[in-house]
Amino acid sequence: MNHFSLENEISSAVRMDAPITRGPALRWQRKMNESGADASTSGNILNVSCGPSKTPMKSMNRSMTQSKTPSTGSSASKTPKSGGKSKTPNKPKTPIGGDRFIPNRSTTQFELGYYKLTTENAGQPDEENLDLMSPSKMEYQKIMSENLHGDLLNSKIISYKSKAPGAPEGYHNGLKVLYSSCKTPIINAKKTVRHIPQVPERILDAPEVLDDYYLNLLDWSANNQLAVCLGGSVYLWNASTGDITQLLQLETSEEYVGAVAWVKEGNYLAVGCSTGEVQLWDIAQEKRLRNMTGHVARVGSLSWNGPILSSGSRSGNIHHHDVRMVEHHVGTFSGHSQEVCGLKWSPDGRYLASGGNDNLLNIWGANVTDTSPQPTYVFSQHLAAVKALAWCPWQPSVLASGGGTADRHIRFWNCATGSCLDSVDTKSQVCAILWSKEYKELISSHGFALNQLTIWKYPTMTKVAELTGHSSRVLHMAMSPDGSTVVSAGADETLRLWKCFALDEEKKKAMKSVSKDKHNPITQRSLIR
Amino acid sequence: MAATVTQNAITLKGSTEIVAEFFMYGINSILYQRGIYPPETFTRAQKYGLTLLVTTDEQLKKYLNEVISQIKEWLFNMTVKKLVVVIRSIDTNEVLERWQFDVECDKTALTESKPREKSEKEISKEIGSVIRQITASVTFLPLLESACEFDLLVYTDKNLEVPEAWGESGPQFIANSEEVRLRTFTTTIHKVDTMVAYKKSD
Repeated sequence: MNHFSLENEISSAVRMDAPITRGPALRWQRKMNESGADASTSGNILNVSCGPSKTPMKSMNRSMTQSKTPSTGSSASKTPKSGGKSKTPNKPKTPIGGDRFIPNRSTTQFELGYYKLTTENAGQPDEENLDLMSPSKMEYQKIMSENLHGDLLNSKIISYKSKAPGAPEGYHNGLKVLYSSCKTPIINAKKTVRHIPQVPERILDAPEVLDDYYLNLLDWSANNQLAVCLGGSVYLWNASTGDITQLLQLETSEEYVGAVAWVKEGNYLAVGCSTGEVQLWDIAQEKRLRNMTGHVARVGSLSWNGPILSSGSRSGNIHHHDVRMVEHHVGTFSGHSQEVCGLKWSPDGRYLASGGNDNLLNIWGANVTDTSPQPTYVFSQHLAAVKALAWCPWQPSVLASGGGTADRHIRFWNCATGSCLDSVDTKSQVCAILWSKEYKELISSHGFALNQLTIWKYPTMTKVAELTGHSSRVLHMAMSPDGSTVVSAGADETLRLWKCFALDEEKKKAMKSVSKDKHNPITQRSLIR
Repeated sequence: MAATVTQNAITLKGSTEIVAEFFMYGINSILYQRGIYPPETFTRAQKYGLTLLVTTDEQLKKYLNEVISQIKEWLFNMTVKKLVVVIRSIDTNEVLERWQFDVECDKTALTESKPREKSEKEISKEIGSVIRQITASVTFLPLLESACEFDLLVYTDKNLEVPEAWGESGPQFIANSEEVRLRTFTTTIHKVDTMVAYKKSD
């Protein structure tokens, strides 16, 4: 063990500041080493801790657990028993494992703690549960609320106490059309847009047809015969066969025919003359049945209502003739101060519409024998002569009327209420109007500048087509009994036939099959199976 | 020269007028485009280089004028933060659409009276593009099938004294909504952000 002692010698020699107590310790240490202490333990440790002890083994154990600083250990050598405790002041931050916790005041930062507590309370006074949440959760919640509410906590949300008025009762948002898929409109469009031939199907010459706005020189019968007045004669054109026959010729060259009108059945034709006579002709026999006098001026308009024939004269009077009676003149309507150029009974026979050169449109009741008749309504909105008159076939009391050059409007009237439903400026003299039987449309014929026929959608009054071809104003129009063809007579001495309301072939077929099925329920059933 | 200088200057008062006018036309456009009121109660007006539709309904006009004149005051004080047009179904009372105009105010304009440089034409162009986006919104917004009513909410400063005629309200958010941001315009004093939120269709 010499090398130990040598080491100690050196260390004590080098460390000049070592305690003086070292000297004697070395002496008994040397003695102890010689007495053969446990050689396996480290010499340095033994030297220190065992020094004061008389029971080397005990002190040796203690030193093993406690001390690695031999120099300080020796300073406590006077109280060897409490060596463990006496060393604690040197290592205050590592208390030995005891059964009591004594808080270390110097490690707890009271100032910081106090500050944090107070600021937290001041910052979020409302949030009571705040201290129960972890900081990360709090942060999350804050971000969420900011995202959701904006800076809601820092602002007030207010609204005006009296609220905006609601939309009117029964109003429904019409924007649905914007959202409907494009498929259905295309199908609808296919149905609504049909081909309308832009050229007439046929052109007939009409020499010497009078260019007079106030006359009504065309009519098409239920038997498919077209009556045309050419000067002083009336010709019949059979539309089925194309045959032309001259029905009558007035006696003198000064006389002319001012109006023709077929009775509903199509076997008699009423003819109004410039002399004021109204004649009745039997077509089958080509023979005049009656000559009814009474008017003092020319007859320019005629209309039938069952057996009653109404005739409008240049005098402004409307005479009613019951063609069955000997005393044919049953009544007079005097509502116009000038020539009556438009005259139409409604399809149901309840109203008579008369238009005059005095710019008035009168609506009369059906009581023709009234002794002092007054028009039910007098419409004075037209600014020119009212010649074009047509009753709507599907709305019994709706009348369309068209004005002359100074007016140019088509107006729609409800004759049950006496109100004007609509008016549209056609930009041209309106000579005649017809309603389609097949479509919700009407056709009007015009004068300067285009001399066209215009087809309108009703009630929107959008133009469907314009048919041009006449080189002068289109004075008269008539419709074929099947409703598909319109004939127009112009001042250019031509008749043009337009197939503008042709029935859709597919629709026709469908209708036929439906009617067939209706008649035969057995076939219908078999079809289903 | 002097004329052009004054034209290009934006004062707080002028900015307030511009923003208030934008609100008026913007709200009218929304009411027309979304079909809250019948289209026949609207009339055409030329503004921002566009043809806009404004209501002719006297009661509605009165309501809007009252609200906007109050908002104008707040715009001038810079106490308004948002204006929200809430569109609610009358039957279910459910909020279906929420048009939000965020207003950012440059508070330095309150103290300094020096006018800002921005031409009115430029601002009107910016506003025009916002309105055009509102008009175009019908292409993506779901159809309002039931009858609807609208309400205007104003977000103001917390310490603002609420006038008699006004009452506090909830934010009226839409549950399960989709949001679309529209363009922004600025008068250099007020900056207005437009956004529309609508109920997601399921």
